[in-house]
Amino acid sequence: MNAIVADNFAADFERLKPLLPGVYVPWLRALREEAFADFLDKGFPSTRQEDWKYTSVAAIEKGRFVPAAAAAEVCWDVGCVGSQELPGARVMVFVDGRYAPELSHLGSLPAGVTVASLAATIEREPERLRAALTPAEAGYASGFAALNAAFLCDGAYVGLAPGADLAEPLHLLFVAATRNAAAHVRNVIAAGAGSRACIVEHHVSAEALPYFTNAVTSIDVERNASIEHHKLQDESLLAFHVAAVRADLGEASSFASTSFAFGAALSRTGIDVGLNAEKASCNLDGLYLIDGRQHADHHTRIDHARPRGRSREFYKGVLDGASRAVFNGRVIVHADAQQSDAQQTNRNLLLSDQAEADTKPQLEIWADDVKCAHGATVGQLDPDQIFYLQARGVDGETARSMLVYGFAAEVIERIGLLGLRRRLENLLRSRLPAGRGIMR
Amino acid sequence: MAPETMELEKLLDRGYGQGFYTPIEADSVPRGLNEQIIRAISAKKNEPQFMLDWRLKAYRHWLTLSEPRWSTVVHPPIDYQAISYYSAPKSKKDRPQSLDEVDPELLRTYEKLGVPLQEREMLAGVAVDAVFDSVSVATTFKDKLGELGIIFCSFSEAVREHPDLVQQYLGSVVPHTDNYFAALNSAVFSDGSFCYIPPGVRCPMELSTYFRINAMNTGQFERTLIVADRGAYVSYLEGCTAPMRDENQLHAAVVELVALDDAQIKYATVQNWYPGDKDGRGGIYNFVTKRGLCRGARSRISWTQVETGSAITWKYPSVVLQGDDSVGAFYSVALTNHHQQADTGTKMIHLGRNTKSTIVSKGISAGRGHNAYRGLVRMSKNAANARNYTQCDSLLLGDRCAAHTFPYIEVKNASARVEHEASTSRIGEDQLFYCQSRGLGPEDAVSMIVNGFCKDVFKELPMEFAVEAQKLLGVSLEGSIG
Repeated sequence: MNAIVADNFAADFERLKPLLPGVYVPWLRALREEAFADFLDKGFPSTRQEDWKYTSVAAIEKGRFVPAAAAAEVCWDVGCVGSQELPGARVMVFVDGRYAPELSHLGSLPAGVTVASLAATIEREPERLRAALTPAEAGYASGFAALNAAFLCDGAYVGLAPGADLAEPLHLLFVAATRNAAAHVRNVIAAGAGSRACIVEHHVSAEALPYFTNAVTSIDVERNASIEHHKLQDESLLAFHVAAVRADLGEASSFASTSFAFGAALSRTGIDVGLNAEKASCNLDGLYLIDGRQHADHHTRIDHARPRGRSREFYKGVLDGASRAVFNGRVIVHADAQQSDAQQTNRNLLLSDQAEADTKPQLEIWADDVKCAHGATVGQLDPDQIFYLQARGVDGETARSMLVYGFAAEVIERIGLLGLRRRLENLLRSRLPAGRGIMR
Repeated sequence: MAPETMELEKLLDRGYGQGFYTPIEADSVPRGLNEQIIRAISAKKNEPQFMLDWRLKAYRHWLTLSEPRWSTVVHPPIDYQAISYYSAPKSKKDRPQSLDEVDPELLRTYEKLGVPLQEREMLAGVAVDAVFDSVSVATTFKDKLGELGIIFCSFSEAVREHPDLVQQYLGSVVPHTDNYFAALNSAVFSDGSFCYIPPGVRCPMELSTYFRINAMNTGQFERTLIVADRGAYVSYLEGCTAPMRDENQLHAAVVELVALDDAQIKYATVQNWYPGDKDGRGGIYNFVTKRGLCRGARSRISWTQVETGSAITWKYPSVVLQGDDSVGAFYSVALTNHHQQADTGTKMIHLGRNTKSTIVSKGISAGRGHNAYRGLVRMSKNAANARNYTQCDSLLLGDRCAAHTFPYIEVKNASARVEHEASTSRIGEDQLFYCQSRGLGPEDAVSMIVNGFCKDVFKELPMEFAVEAQKLLGVSLEGSIG
């Protein structure tokens, strides 16, 4: 990182420090200082680092994105936000990374469930968050994670007491409304033993703006708990989106994650799941659908740290224009994590000669009694299938759209939440040239 | 520990059968590396100026590089100044002119290795260019090959006799700037093999070289260059064994293959260098750069390797598919036992249209062995209709070993198709039980399963080598193969 960029960040940090939540919480203040020092030390990742080989973030470094001092006036009306809401869900709206209670409606929460903004939780009960906000022993994974910790200002806090059930899905709607704003979002989900919840993290923008979202979601899933986390990234095509999802799984717990990357000029999503107790299981699905000069990067990591864990991963991508997709799926079976069962699939569909797919499924196995497999493919539409449809009177464009739809919908169909599934199907159709003509 | 694991453990603990050491006086240059040493090596070998210039260029580039750190292998730092970079078997004149002049001690070593030079006529179609330490001392079947215009000789001889060919192709596939170890090799390589097959000639026999590391503290820096001209065909075998010793030895070879229009090169390796003892002491460090260039249209290059030896294996035989319709293949069995580490795989760089490549990699980890497959498949913009199929499977024997898979897939062409599959598993108790219930002992059962696991690769080896490969796998798994 060059000196000018570092100075800019240092000035921002000094200016914003007293305005960020938790000023009077000594450990949080110290944590921010340490994180910021770590960020200055690490800087932005470079393509010389193995984990960032295919993704250059130079544009983010040059972008001079500044955290918005206060939530911007929403420049679209409430009705428009309403149209984004998932039917039947509890909704928390965040504008430029800050909670907007006037746009949110949580309804009455079941017993044992706490849902609040992170900033409010920091002010009221900072100790509740201490464990979740403290970095892992290994330190921050990248400069972005450190930057998030230094500047973290708001997000959602979901606390589930043992046995609690959120019942309706919780829709976290992040709306970007300010040009060149940086939103360092942090969501904390703490699921007690045997609890259940379904959370949708949804990133959209009010209009075609450049901005930078840097989101971190940490999820602690205790014994027998079951958490679904759906991430829908539909940012502006000028935006930059860096997100990390970390899940820590307890005994016999289950975690289902989906990640949809449709928007942003450049997006990088890291999903890091630790099967840290026996018989934990996780299911990671994802779909990236990009065009033009978009760049979508997914880095997933599944750690089988204890015996008898089970993981499934299924990622698909559709690439058109001069877009570029990166998939890096790492599965690590640690020593003694016997009887681990891991499967991973990544399939890419290239629709254009300018598009590029870089995929790297990795297996690292340190135990012997395991069943692990992965597969990756890169290919294109089958001309025979297009011909088959054309022979039945479907025009070429519709035939291609139908086949792409069929390819991508395989991921969407796996979602149990009907409202989200319909939303995604519509989004997918709207992105295809002849998508309107495809029946549901 | 399950009873069959104990059984396995017992089988895995047998010593290295090929371990022997022949004391032979060697004519070495002093330890260390600097421009003087390189000039001395070049002078000792009576090389023309262009070779010296090339070596010095490589050395100067090497100085700017640092040792690669990206692989999973771990080893103590290598002191490049503590290595003697040249050692030739002592001989009064230049080279032995015939077998009678060859040191009988040396001949006995070959006998132990199973290279009966005296019975070479009986070696069923195999011409042996035997490299003892660094200088090639005997070449067989040369006349027969000469009649067809095939050049098969030591690298030093090629530099003297065919400087134009050497100058034309040396470094054309692996440039001296390629990587740390290739640069080092380019600077100090002592000898190796050179092979040129003229247009339209089908080499009538399997060409073979046996490398052997012997003198104390001598790194081996072989250089092999094989050129198949238009429509030519050659099958080349490389096999290695080394005497038992307690000191780590660095081996940084470079192999370059060039296939012109319609040419085909098959390159097979059986590598059984000393892997270190069962506590991980000693053993060879094998840091090799192997690359083939399918330069012409419809050319084909295949790499087949059986890697059972070395403390550390670090090699990625690659194919650059430049010519349209060219075909590349990589078949590999890599076995690690005790504390062995293998980081191996391939690169398939598709540049031409309709190029095809196949990768089949089988890794077997036993004891505390680490086995990693690291591969790259790149479909460049112009590689229309290119195809790749990759399969890499790992078999785990014992609960302290490790198997990793790092495939890189980069596709920049919409008509290219890439498939990658990998699996990791151990020998199932049910599989062992099935075999044993049919009267096989546990040893035979493991042998049968391991052999079956590797079959896809072994069937790509020439007959004689396939037998040797199975034997080596047996030695390396110490007795588990009957």
